[in-house]
Amino acid sequence: MRGSITIVGASLAGLRAAETLRRDGFEGAIRLVGDEPHLPYDRPPLSKQLLAGDWDVDRTLLTPPQKLEPLDLDLYLGARATGLDVAARELEVDGVSEPYDGLLIATGARCRILPGTEGMAGVHTLRSLDDSLAIRDALDGGASRLVVVGAGFIGAEVASVAVGRGVAVTMVEALSAPFGRVLGEEMGAVVADVHSAHGVDLRCGVGVAGVSGGPGDLEVELSDGSVVGADLVVVGIGVVPNTDWLEGSGLTLDDGIVCDGTCLAAPHVTAAGDVARWTDPRTGVPLRVEHWDNAVEQGRHAARRLLTTDEEAEAYTPVPWFWSDQYDRKIQLAGHPGPGDEVRVVQGDTAGHRFTAFYGNGGRLTAVLGMNRPRHVMQGKLLLEAGATWDEALEAAAGWG
Amino acid sequence: MRIVVDFDLCESNAVCMVIAPDVFEVRDDDFLYVLNEEPGEERRAQMEEAVQRCPKQSISIQD
Ligand SMILES: Cc1cc2nc3c(=O)[nH]c(=O)nc-3n(C[C@H](O)[C@H](O)[C@H](O)COP(=O)(O)OP(=O)(O)OC[C@H]3O[C@@H](n4cnc5c(N)ncnc54)[C@H](O)[C@@H]3O)c2cc1C
Ligand code: SF4
Repeated sequence: MRGSITIVGASLAGLRAAETLRRDGFEGAIRLVGDEPHLPYDRPPLSKQLLAGDWDVDRTLLTPPQKLEPLDLDLYLGARATGLDVAARELEVDGVSEPYDGLLIATGARCRILPGTEGMAGVHTLRSLDDSLAIRDALDGGASRLVVVGAGFIGAEVASVAVGRGVAVTMVEALSAPFGRVLGEEMGAVVADVHSAHGVDLRCGVGVAGVSGGPGDLEVELSDGSVVGADLVVVGIGVVPNTDWLEGSGLTLDDGIVCDGTCLAAPHVTAAGDVARWTDPRTGVPLRVEHWDNAVEQGRHAARRLLTTDEEAEAYTPVPWFWSDQYDRKIQLAGHPGPGDEVRVVQGDTAGHRFTAFYGNGGRLTAVLGMNRPRHVMQGKLLLEAGATWDEALEAAAGWG
Repeated sequence: MRIVVDFDLCESNAVCMVIAPDVFEVRDDDFLYVLNEEPGEERRAQMEEAVQRCPKQSISIQD
């Protein structure tokens, strides 16, 4: 492709896409538009090393300036895409329209807000660098009681960092088992056990009725009538894809930007990362994945898609995987566990919090979970990529030391 | 071509090991070991794949 490519969203998917374009020899102009003022940075450390105070901000940069420079990108930081006209091939940035030859959208997602707490001091969400620093400041300022609303992975990581800093943590989850939505009840309970073992007060099956007060003196009222006092509250109840600016653009929006199996959303427009919903032809199920690795891989795929013709285009068929660091445990999951899956521990034991578990359904391996078992998860991912049957997977695992 | 891993950055998630198990190995102690620091020039494409896929960008190639 000739001409210019514009990438909206200067974060993980967007930056990796830009790097891929250059690596693949694209010599035209690359415009990278992002509404945050910072150079592209990495989000996983925001709930881990940065929050713990182990890293400074510079270490979160995705690509150091000296490696960014040779890419010759036109960086528009602090600039927001405000509209798109797919038919006219025009992107509007801060109200000014500009033409593009190819467009890649990677605007990610933002945190869901707990109703009634919008803008409330002392109640935090965690998505950006500034969010992380604000929570860190509160912890540095001597907060000793934290309530985490929502037992998802980010909330769980915040809890584990806070515990490490001597803070008393209460975690509130509306579902009966934490992490159950992702891991299933049985394995969700194992992760819950890790938190309980570190002294977290886990309250499952209760919602939050309301939050009152201010920093250092908050009261979280739960649906069972109990009240928990807190110096700060961190809400982690999921994210919403950033597609508002695309209303009326001509793209199909449905909890994300709807793409075909090759990440194409419209002619000359692709999408990647947390904002993209595509249908993997292998499964036929439309999917939006909110994992780091997917942002990288889909960013690369969507970039290459802009450089290929419809005939040459390849389907995007990854086996998704993510990791989460909690206390001294690394939890990794590859694949798609389903609600009715059989779960079997194939290595180690759950009580020791160091194990590998397989999920299976209909005679096939569907997912692999590891707690401090990185090697097995990656070997399991290879099995998933090969479409291994349940029996083949068990046989392979028997040989894992 | 020499493979260098920044062990301050490495998080032992074994992505590299899947790409080249004879070069990278994450052992039972959860640490990464580089088994072959100088894979031959014919492996360059594979090593570059490992550099790009490493979530922490902790692998580099020194010529
Ligand atoms: C605290 C935290 C910890 C995480 N930890 C892990 C982990 O351990 N493991 C894991 O697998 N995943 C983790 N993730 C998830 C992972 O970071 C995301 O999947 C990844 O950041 C998605 O990248 P993205 O580029 O698609 O979107 P984002 O990173 O959300 O980036 C989108 C960018 O686009 C910008 N933008 C939005 N709208 C516009 C607009 N209209 N104009 C211009 N710019 C716009 C946004 O401000 C943002 O900078 C974590 C996420 C968070 C927040
Ligand atoms: S992929 Fe990177 S972070 Fe992971 S084990 Fe290899 S070198 Fe370490």
